[in-house]
Amino acid sequence: MTSTYRIGAGTGFAGDRFEPARILAEHGDLDALVFECLAERTIGLAHQRMSVADGTGYDRLFLERFESILPVLSPRTAVLTNAGAADPRGLAHALLPLLEQHPNARSRRVAAVLGDDVMAALPPDSPIIGTGQTITELGDRVVSANAYIGAEAAMTALEAGADVVVTGRMGDAALFAAPAAVHFGWSPDDPQKMAAPTLVGHLLECAGQLSGGYYADGDRKIVPGLATLGFPFADISSSGDAEFGKVEGTGGLLSRATILEQLLYEIDDPALYQTPDVTLDLRSVRIDETGADRVRVSEGRAAHRPDRLKVSVGVRDGYLAIAGIAYAGIGALARGQLALDIVRERWAEVHHRDPAELRFDLQGHNSLRPWYQPSVEPSEVRARVSLRTFDAAAVTILHREVEALYTNGPAGGGGVETSVKQTTGIVSTLIDRDLVHPTMEMIS
Amino acid sequence: MSHLYDIAHARAGDKGDTSIIVVAPYDIADFDRVGDALGSEAVAAHLGVPVANVTVRPSPTLGAFTVVIRERLDGGVTRSRSVDPHGKSLSGHILEIATPTPQTES
Repeated sequence: MTSTYRIGAGTGFAGDRFEPARILAEHGDLDALVFECLAERTIGLAHQRMSVADGTGYDRLFLERFESILPVLSPRTAVLTNAGAADPRGLAHALLPLLEQHPNARSRRVAAVLGDDVMAALPPDSPIIGTGQTITELGDRVVSANAYIGAEAAMTALEAGADVVVTGRMGDAALFAAPAAVHFGWSPDDPQKMAAPTLVGHLLECAGQLSGGYYADGDRKIVPGLATLGFPFADISSSGDAEFGKVEGTGGLLSRATILEQLLYEIDDPALYQTPDVTLDLRSVRIDETGADRVRVSEGRAAHRPDRLKVSVGVRDGYLAIAGIAYAGIGALARGQLALDIVRERWAEVHHRDPAELRFDLQGHNSLRPWYQPSVEPSEVRARVSLRTFDAAAVTILHREVEALYTNGPAGGGGVETSVKQTTGIVSTLIDRDLVHPTMEMIS
Repeated sequence: MSHLYDIAHARAGDKGDTSIIVVAPYDIADFDRVGDALGSEAVAAHLGVPVANVTVRPSPTLGAFTVVIRERLDGGVTRSRSVDPHGKSLSGHILEIATPTPQTES
């Protein structure tokens, strides 16, 4: 057993850059490389894709990512990803021909982690968090239900000899915790042991957001080399303390401040950060800079192991349609406002629809914070109308009405853009841990 | 007039229809000044929500505040029609909260 175990973050989301993972694979001297590719809503979208003919339920982009690292990937580096989405087995099988093409990778063993799909196991009266409704009340709009599962099934796969592990809705932090816990012999049932690797996973799961991405601002938050941002790795010790770094020569910044922002990122209550394996108390975590772009993190504490797991429920949510037109110069704001007023009036008077279903924004003025009244006039604005609807006819009307503003609206309106997409919403509920049975399946 | 921006940095995230913004002073000596500027009523007024929708949690050992603002994301990232469904830009907005100018020592 080596004294530390090094895990790298290959992606922070499904659409992330490609090169940072390749650089980590080639120069990072990694024990494990983890690709977090599954946002909350992505799995619902994947289920929706799988339900149409020829659709794949996994993240197809991962095939390209995997192929790009294979020529430089050390045989010692395990790869884990949740890119399996709605079909981990499908992605695992799709990786086999890629492995076959690379002499270094041919002997790799691939496993899929299954069992996060709880569509059948979820009690129909499960209450939706924050709304008071139950799952039953959503009827046939429900397209998926996936529990956030813990590290255990992935650990079983690694212990069985897998060095490529494909999962679906495993907790993001668990994906990182699994290989470290196997290496150090930490039991997935022991929240005291799982606290440290889970904290490491939490910090790594957004990749570049730990090492200087999403940070630069003004002259006090200067980040060198954002165009070549290096993704982080963690050197985990047997005590659970971890030192974070990045490959020399890459851009970015690791400092107390970048770690602090990410430590508390998206955490409602720092005393109770809930993951499938352990609920963490982050309030007393120590962050110490130990060198240039080297930061040690220690003392994440376990509060307890949760009895219930969070479930993401995908819900068909109709269309999101957007249309906009832009104005510049003196009076641009007033002309943009007039354009919005015209659409609102015609929506009611001509189309006999309720204008309350529309959202009106003036981009460049206050669209990011519509409740706020700026004191200065913008030199250009984009009038933007958006609509969420199950009615395809309403989408067409919106697009036509905004486009017609070219010749029928205020002076100097240009650059009409329209878009529509089908959307899947996500609601959350909880399920008893005992009702969820994650398993692993060796594919090769 | 000075702003939180002058003494603190921020990172915005989301969970459902809730915006969660980390605000941290650059200098731990400014922890209380940042805390004073982040009173629930001031935050609620600045974010245009009822005060009941705001929770501010200080983490003094870490040197940061967690500002939780419920129902500010037009239904949340999967439902929102907003230009910024995640509310990522709210970190910039919250740093515009005014802070009392400290007395200059002569």
